[in-house]
Amino acid sequence: MASLAFVIAMINGINLGSIYALIALGYTMVYGIAKMLNFAHGDVIMAGALSIVVLVQQFHVHPVLSILISVILCVALGVLTEKIAYKPLRNSSSLSVLITAIGVSYLMQNLAQILFGSSLRSFPKVFHWPSMILGSVELKMDRVMTIAVTFLLMFLVLLFVYRTKIGLAMRAVAQDREAAMLMGVPMDRIISITFAIGAALAAVAGFFFGVAYGFVGPYSGSMPGIKAFTAAVFGGIGSIPGAILGGFLLGLAESMVKTFVSSELSDAIVFGLLIVVLLIKPTGLLGKEIRDKV
Amino acid sequence: MNRLWRKKRFFLGGLLALLLFVLMHSLIQSGLVSRHIQSLFVPVGLNMILALSLFLLVGMLGELSLGHAGFMSIGAYAGGLFSKVMMHVLPVWVRFPLALLVGALVAALLALLLSVPVFRLKGDYLAIVTLAFGEIVRSLVINLPFTGGAAGLKGIPKDTSFSFLYWIVVFTIWLTRWIYYSKIGLEWRAIRDNAIAAEACGIPVVSRKRAAFVFAASFAGIAGVLYSHHYSILTAEVFGFNRSIEVLVMVVLGGLESATATAVSAFFLTIAPEMLRFLNQYRMLIYSLMLIIVMIGRNTQWAKPKWFQQRRENA
Repeated sequence: MASLAFVIAMINGINLGSIYALIALGYTMVYGIAKMLNFAHGDVIMAGALSIVVLVQQFHVHPVLSILISVILCVALGVLTEKIAYKPLRNSSSLSVLITAIGVSYLMQNLAQILFGSSLRSFPKVFHWPSMILGSVELKMDRVMTIAVTFLLMFLVLLFVYRTKIGLAMRAVAQDREAAMLMGVPMDRIISITFAIGAALAAVAGFFFGVAYGFVGPYSGSMPGIKAFTAAVFGGIGSIPGAILGGFLLGLAESMVKTFVSSELSDAIVFGLLIVVLLIKPTGLLGKEIRDKV
Repeated sequence: MNRLWRKKRFFLGGLLALLLFVLMHSLIQSGLVSRHIQSLFVPVGLNMILALSLFLLVGMLGELSLGHAGFMSIGAYAGGLFSKVMMHVLPVWVRFPLALLVGALVAALLALLLSVPVFRLKGDYLAIVTLAFGEIVRSLVINLPFTGGAAGLKGIPKDTSFSFLYWIVVFTIWLTRWIYYSKIGLEWRAIRDNAIAAEACGIPVVSRKRAAFVFAASFAGIAGVLYSHHYSILTAEVFGFNRSIEVLVMVVLGGLESATATAVSAFFLTIAPEMLRFLNQYRMLIYSLMLIIVMIGRNTQWAKPKWFQQRRENA
């Protein structure tokens, strides 16, 4: 029976990991290109999930359409916060930007609380898929969909970053902002596109988060946000494959610890593991080591 | 700074603190201060101590910590448990100072353990480890058998008095200022401005960083003990990530350049949500808006701290 529990924990872990990976991608891309920790990223997930709840329950929008609208809303939210709050601080210290991002995060949480109330809302059953039975394991279809869509999105992001001209410009900005600008890269537009991609991924992650947990409230975004941020650092912040790897590893570790060790202590153990990994590999799993030059 | 001038300032500051103390004390005694305002004294004092201790790390040393509340939590639980055990054994004037010592020492010890490996990391990675540490503390406190779990630790003696807290705050402000101009403060600031140059001048960078970390943690521990002996009940959720962030905001808005400014910033940011109470549910909304506007305003028009600019030039 232990192997059955292992398979289930594995599936849950990959499911959780794909949500973390989607969010972590947004963190890491924004970090790589705008050189800032976007603490409000977790709240975009909440905004995405809550907007689906409101659209489906109060406006009776078709679920598939509601997902599309929530992606558009989140993209608008991400790009607008960048333009209004982060752009004026582009040349300030990273600490000031961090505090501003924290302010934006508070703002989103409180705005959501005022607009939609502070209670948790149950996430609508969007799709009624049957479960697959594989041997003695019951495989829920929404898990499979989460994992499949995540892989597809990650493939598209990688394709975009490594195979298109805008992706090339993004990598150039990440490598050396000033040199990229001298080569005629439109910095503002590249940063906006990065925020838009991050927010769109967060909206999708918000949907899957809602499906997986069943409840969404104004503060639902902060914990997955912190976890995904951790995953991004775990994989080496700034590295796109690192964020994906970090997200899946964190999800797997959390699920395994919950199943086999202790569900109460899972956060402590996962964060402890993170500290250990960082101490062995100080720049994360796939991060580049940058030596200070005098 | 001129030595005579510093001596003068020391006495002037002390005199001012004494006057303020007498004024506040007599106002409380005469009943002119409402209960609501009185209930703000303790959070203001605690936040000042916390902000000043984090100022050592973020302002003087230039390292970001996102888990400062974790050390406060450790101090609060260590001191609280000590006092609960010793409640009927020792009189209050022995017990309470000992509880403060226990809280400070336990927090310092854990900071020392964490600091041994942690300063191999830099910048954002250090921030993430402190964040992880804070979350580990929170999660452990809920699940350990002797901390009261999620329901909280109850029945801690209410030993924190207004005068005691007041003088600890004054002492912390004085000490932080003194450290700022002392040799070790100078070394910390040298490390902040340019770690490589500091190392080349013979400053043992890693051990100095450890010292700052341990010292800041011990003061957070003291703030924790004061907290637990005022409210008499402890829950782990009070010392979460948001608490660390709240203190960090105070330090950054204080300008990262002076201890006094940090204390003033802590004062205003603690009472700001209370002053905004008339806004009802829009209170935190306005607060967060103010935070964003102040940060943008500060960085676009107002004078920037010099070391920020230098840092960017070095990068």
